[in-house]
Amino acid sequence: MSYELVFDVKRGDFDKAGEASRKIKHTLQQLGVSNRIIRKISIAGYEGEMNLAIHSLGGKIILAVGENKLTLTIEDVGPGIPDIKLAMTEGFSTAGDEVRSMGFGAGMGLTNMVKNADAFEITSEINEGTKIVMNFIIQ
Amino acid sequence: MKLSQVRELLNAVVLTGENHLDDEVYVGFGCDLMSDVLCYAKEGAVLLTGLSNKQVLNTAEMANMNSIVFVRNKVPNNEILELAREMDILTMTTKLILFECCGILYEHGLKGANLS
Repeated sequence: MSYELVFDVKRGDFDKAGEASRKIKHTLQQLGVSNRIIRKISIAGYEGEMNLAIHSLGGKIILAVGENKLTLTIEDVGPGIPDIKLAMTEGFSTAGDEVRSMGFGAGMGLTNMVKNADAFEITSEINEGTKIVMNFIIQ
Repeated sequence: MKLSQVRELLNAVVLTGENHLDDEVYVGFGCDLMSDVLCYAKEGAVLLTGLSNKQVLNTAEMANMNSIVFVRNKVPNNEILELAREMDILTMTTKLILFECCGILYEHGLKGANLS
């Protein structure tokens, strides 16, 4: 069994943000993945989805279901992160007041993805986009 | 303690998920910063917050929280309450401030999340 699910996330659409993560969670529940792993993927995916809505010009989340692992790819079409090391620093955020008033933009998202994923990789090119690939081992 | 006891102690009004009033809860997390809830909250904890937007529900759903108490008299709009029903999560609202809610529940045996 091996397949992919793709979800589009629009910039600034905080009404829809979270829907992709909810669908991913339900899919994993139907597949019988353990609750502990579902929670890790749900949290990491939701952080990624919020990041797309907050910071990107639009992007997508791809869930790839493999034999022994699940891969979550979060990719966007820009604007790109100028300093990845700085962006990965806990507490650093460029989010505005609207985002902060929703309880986000505390600069915890990327580090929380690292914490929950079994493997985390981020690449970014200015004006091209950012891509995050997270792997989760299914026990 | 049972969620029905949480409701009584906080003099709260149940908004959705009344069928969960007999469920047990052992841990609480009081916070308006959803980023921190996603980082630190324990699974199965009751979330106490003064925010009432859709992302509070999404956060609770993704982090497998037990229930949500909206403090300072906050009540989400109907669309958000409909989503809560769809998620089958117990939500309630209280006039008390976050500090008082946490104090009362702690005094009656509810524990906080350990950040270790």
